[in-house]
Amino acid sequence: MTVLKITELTQYFSGLCALSDFNIQLEEGELVGLIGPNGAGKTTVFNLVSGFYQPTEGLISFLGQPITGLKPHQVTARGIARTFQNIRLWNEMTVLDNIMLAQHSALGYGIRDLFFRTGRYQQREHEIRDLAMELLDIFKLREVAEEKPKNLSYGLQRKVEIARALSSKPQLLLLDEPAAGLPSRDVVELIDLIRWIHREFKIAIWMIEHQMKVVMSLCSRITVIDFGVVIAEGTPEEIQHHPDVIKAYLGDDQL
Amino acid sequence: MTKQKLSVPFALLALLMTVMVLAQYEVIDLYIQTIILFIGINIIISSSLNLVNGHMGEFSCGHAGFIAVGAYVSSVLSVALFTQDRVFGAPLLPPQYAFIGFPLVLLAGGIAAAFAGLLVALPSFKTRGDYLAIITIAANYIIITLVINIDKIGGARGFMGMKRVIFAMEDVAEIPWMILWVFLFTVLSIIAIRRFVSSTYGKGIIAIQQDEVAAEIMSVNTNKMKLIAFMLSSGLAGIAGGLYAHVIGYVNPKSFDILKSTEALVMVYLGGMGSITGSILSAVLFTLLLELLRPLQIIKWVAIPLLLIILMQFRPEGIMGNRELSDIFPRLKKFYRFK
Repeated sequence: MTVLKITELTQYFSGLCALSDFNIQLEEGELVGLIGPNGAGKTTVFNLVSGFYQPTEGLISFLGQPITGLKPHQVTARGIARTFQNIRLWNEMTVLDNIMLAQHSALGYGIRDLFFRTGRYQQREHEIRDLAMELLDIFKLREVAEEKPKNLSYGLQRKVEIARALSSKPQLLLLDEPAAGLPSRDVVELIDLIRWIHREFKIAIWMIEHQMKVVMSLCSRITVIDFGVVIAEGTPEEIQHHPDVIKAYLGDDQL
Repeated sequence: MTKQKLSVPFALLALLMTVMVLAQYEVIDLYIQTIILFIGINIIISSSLNLVNGHMGEFSCGHAGFIAVGAYVSSVLSVALFTQDRVFGAPLLPPQYAFIGFPLVLLAGGIAAAFAGLLVALPSFKTRGDYLAIITIAANYIIITLVINIDKIGGARGFMGMKRVIFAMEDVAEIPWMILWVFLFTVLSIIAIRRFVSSTYGKGIIAIQQDEVAAEIMSVNTNKMKLIAFMLSSGLAGIAGGLYAHVIGYVNPKSFDILKSTEALVMVYLGGMGSITGSILSAVLFTLLLELLRPLQIIKWVAIPLLLIILMQFRPEGIMGNRELSDIFPRLKKFYRFK
């Protein structure tokens, strides 16, 4: 079953073409990579999928339903969660609150339940908390549940952000450079973590990454873009030896 | 568990009974009673503005506009319903029902103010920060100018007759009614705000304050949450306005201008952004300070802004910061959990 299908996606920023004619199809349970040099338009693709930008042209459909034109919170409610290149946690809230809050689109109680503290409210708040606690346990973050994210190490903040994304029970997880800024010891751990999430949660993952080690060891399929245009597609081995990719990353050697 | 559940309501009830008995037997005079009433009203004003400026991190400077809407709507309703008035004629309902009708009239004023809150909620979808501040000041002026231009409710002269509603209540039972109502609505307002911001639902506005983009992308419907927070905040301000009008017995559009909005802002920043106990504490301090500085007359408006400047220099986060009293004195949690 196709999870995500993007057809002829094009994005202009006041005349500047950030992405042109982008196509991709993600199947259920796939782990796919998106790479490219700086400023190639990778994050633009993610911003378009998560509804943060409205595309100039093109169609995005998720589980067979078109999602172009939806607001970001509606896209999340449909089942797409993401992390950010520069970690964006709510820094003055506890880690637990951060993770609980990502369930905001599926609270299951209304404002009346909230003011009168009805049974439904108590039960749902309990369930929301339990799910968050479960995630904290899985990610071994239980000890920092009451800490504020800004007091945690960079690596832990990354983990919290991924846990927060999973808290909204997504079908598709978008990871925007999860290894950025991590020391190499943590990168190995991150690779294991992503592989484990992929297997355990049985969801499709689409990741942007600069570090070849991460993409090559995780992704079954990789798309390479440069200047908003797809220049190569294929398995990690194919990509590694693709002349256009080498050119984009290392420059033209026939100067 | 029982200790935690009952000690606070019991303490509040004891406080209410003490004040009411003291007022009933005139141990405390009318002047002190009025100050106590103002403290209650200011608690509602500061904690409701804190919801928007503190918890949600928007910058609303037109709170007095919503206080005015609540004051006028509830005053006109209560005067028209329960008293013989020159403009509105004979009472529409028997005056002896005033004591039942009064809280409903206050709620009606709050609902009207909540809808006036849309005036600032809708533009807040597109802008925030300085621009929203200007829009809220504009909203304040729109409301005051509207009131001045409606001659039926007194225009610039003001509107009176609310004392007769109090007399109608006192005809039923000779007790200090306003102390009861102010106390009741203050407690209910604080409970409402506390329940809102301590739920996962309401924490959506705290997420907006800390990172609006992340909030929207991580499943918070930011527009809806802003709408709810602005309406709750202005609705409670409206209730405070209704109480204020009935305590004074007279309302004038001038008392709801930008100076009143500034008072509300001072209380929020004095107490600490996003701290409910801070808002309560600062409302108490600020009301007492205003009364102590009354002999200075207009010069007090030199002293109070000066206080704000000094505060911003030495303790920019306010008295409480964004903590609650129970964070500073964890033992209090034994009696009551504030978060």
